[in-house]
Amino acid sequence: MAKRSIVPFGPQHPVLPEPIHLDLVLEDETVVGAVPSIGYVHRGLETLVKKKDFKQYVYIAERICGICSCGHGLGYCMAVENVMGIDVPERAQYLRVIWVEMSRIHSHLLWLGLLADALGFESLFMESWRVREKILDMFDETTGGRIIHSVNQVGGVQKDMDSSMLKHLLETIKDIERDIKPLVDTFLKDYTVQSRLKGTGILKKDDAILLGAVGPMLRASGVEYDVRMLGYGAYKNLSMEPVTCTDGDSYGRCVVRIKELFQSFDLIREAIGKIPEGDIHVPVKGNPSGEYFLRIEQPRGEAIYYVKGNGTKFLDRFRLRTPTTSNIPPLVETLKGCQLADVPVLILTIDPCISCTER
Amino acid sequence: MDKIRAFTLAGRMLKNLFRRPATTQYPFEPADYPERMRGHVRIEIGDCISCGLCMRSCPSGAIVVDRKAGTWTIDRFDCVQCGSCVTACPKKCLFMEKGYTEPDGVKKSETFVKPQEEPAGKTKKTG
Amino acid sequence: MEEKNDIREINARQFFPAIVKMRTEKWRLVQICATSVEGGCEMSYSFCRGYDMRTYRFVAYGDEEVASITQIYPCAFLQENEAKELFGVNITHIKPDYKDKLYRIEEETPFKEKE
Repeated sequence: MAKRSIVPFGPQHPVLPEPIHLDLVLEDETVVGAVPSIGYVHRGLETLVKKKDFKQYVYIAERICGICSCGHGLGYCMAVENVMGIDVPERAQYLRVIWVEMSRIHSHLLWLGLLADALGFESLFMESWRVREKILDMFDETTGGRIIHSVNQVGGVQKDMDSSMLKHLLETIKDIERDIKPLVDTFLKDYTVQSRLKGTGILKKDDAILLGAVGPMLRASGVEYDVRMLGYGAYKNLSMEPVTCTDGDSYGRCVVRIKELFQSFDLIREAIGKIPEGDIHVPVKGNPSGEYFLRIEQPRGEAIYYVKGNGTKFLDRFRLRTPTTSNIPPLVETLKGCQLADVPVLILTIDPCISCTER
Repeated sequence: MDKIRAFTLAGRMLKNLFRRPATTQYPFEPADYPERMRGHVRIEIGDCISCGLCMRSCPSGAIVVDRKAGTWTIDRFDCVQCGSCVTACPKKCLFMEKGYTEPDGVKKSETFVKPQEEPAGKTKKTG
Repeated sequence: MEEKNDIREINARQFFPAIVKMRTEKWRLVQICATSVEGGCEMSYSFCRGYDMRTYRFVAYGDEEVASITQIYPCAFLQENEAKELFGVNITHIKPDYKDKLYRIEEETPFKEKE
């Protein structure tokens, strides 16, 4: 047996946008085990819910993470709406879907860029982020913020999109689709990219379920599970199928995310085609009393929001289980048996978002 | 499965050599902000009734309203530009304007005093 | 509005068999949530199979020992450590147990209801 050594990885590492630390157990160059540890950015945002009014907390929920900002605001609002029994107007539901799908596009493009960066493919990284800039500008135009949108509120949305904005959005989507096609070719067919991604970090279907993988990680292992299929919000009126891939390796996760990009384009187009006229929010009276577990599909996977109200304007408990929390155990599994040089890419393929995880 | 290819990005890279940069020369060229941009909060102090709803709705506690003195104080460095106060204001005298807050070396707040008799509101800055 | 949550109240004795049953029926562990209630902590374990979600819930009073489910669901370790560290739930035999070092915070059990 080769001699075992332990190599610390992170919390500061060029591939990591956020701090996570792993102790890698190595036998020569092969990883045989890994112990993850987080805890560098814990802010205790969950307890802040006891000090802030439940309507105010939307702004805090949005700031849990920059990339999933839109989804966190939406998830929190939907959980509170479910507790209070509020029916959100149709138009607001469609607008929410449009914004959430836009944030999925921006998150996946960000991920593709970071993946290229992890591979050392600097120009592909820049190209991906150049395309992403268009969707961020679109966010700026429609919501007033590039990253933190502040459009969701309990009972609906704060801002409307008029027809000229929707038209501009359609044109932007078309541009992005045109610009992204050559990049997709590079990600999926290029020799260098394939040699880094194919066959590394295989997660089998049964393991994925047992270890609680979510989102693109789970779907890349061949499990058809996409919370959007539950039909929350306007998704019940839109046609979609979960994107899956049976490879279960890093390449599979890349394929799933790229296909989801195109799925998001289609969903936005369909939503714009079907969006009805009407109110964008309903007045909210009273305070939440009761509890609810809500699932929504974030760009990184299924997120769970738990809200417990006690009849006052301060909630008793807000809990958020983010996709990365669930994806860390499968990550540890995929690391076993890989080469040390592949570790950064494997960590990246779960699309880690540590600020979300620690809240 | 499609054929594996090499140099898939080469054509694009060559084109980039002759293209205009995707970025702008920011401080020398002005950035153009969209209409809805949440940059900073502006108050029409003349219309303010000092009700304090904005102060209570602010998640970061950046606004202080003093009813007696008739002042409205905002700590620009605590403000997170969420727009909560703008929605809460019953007189609609708060506005979200485009353009970011000026950077500074020290944290300071800005106080607006409600005009008593004189028509124009005067502004004073405190350290 | 959505479907109602399926929350089943159980007691501490029924807890372990229920989790084992979920495992044999191939449910996926979705989340573990600790909530402070009077005199203890309410533990909710949610599972998913297909698109169904089921939550088992019991209350751990005071320092009552709660067995870790990491033997059955290894992926529970992060969330169990979190509940132990933030809420002070006495979960035993977590594998791996971070021993209050999951989050690098100074205060002990910051989310626990203090008298």
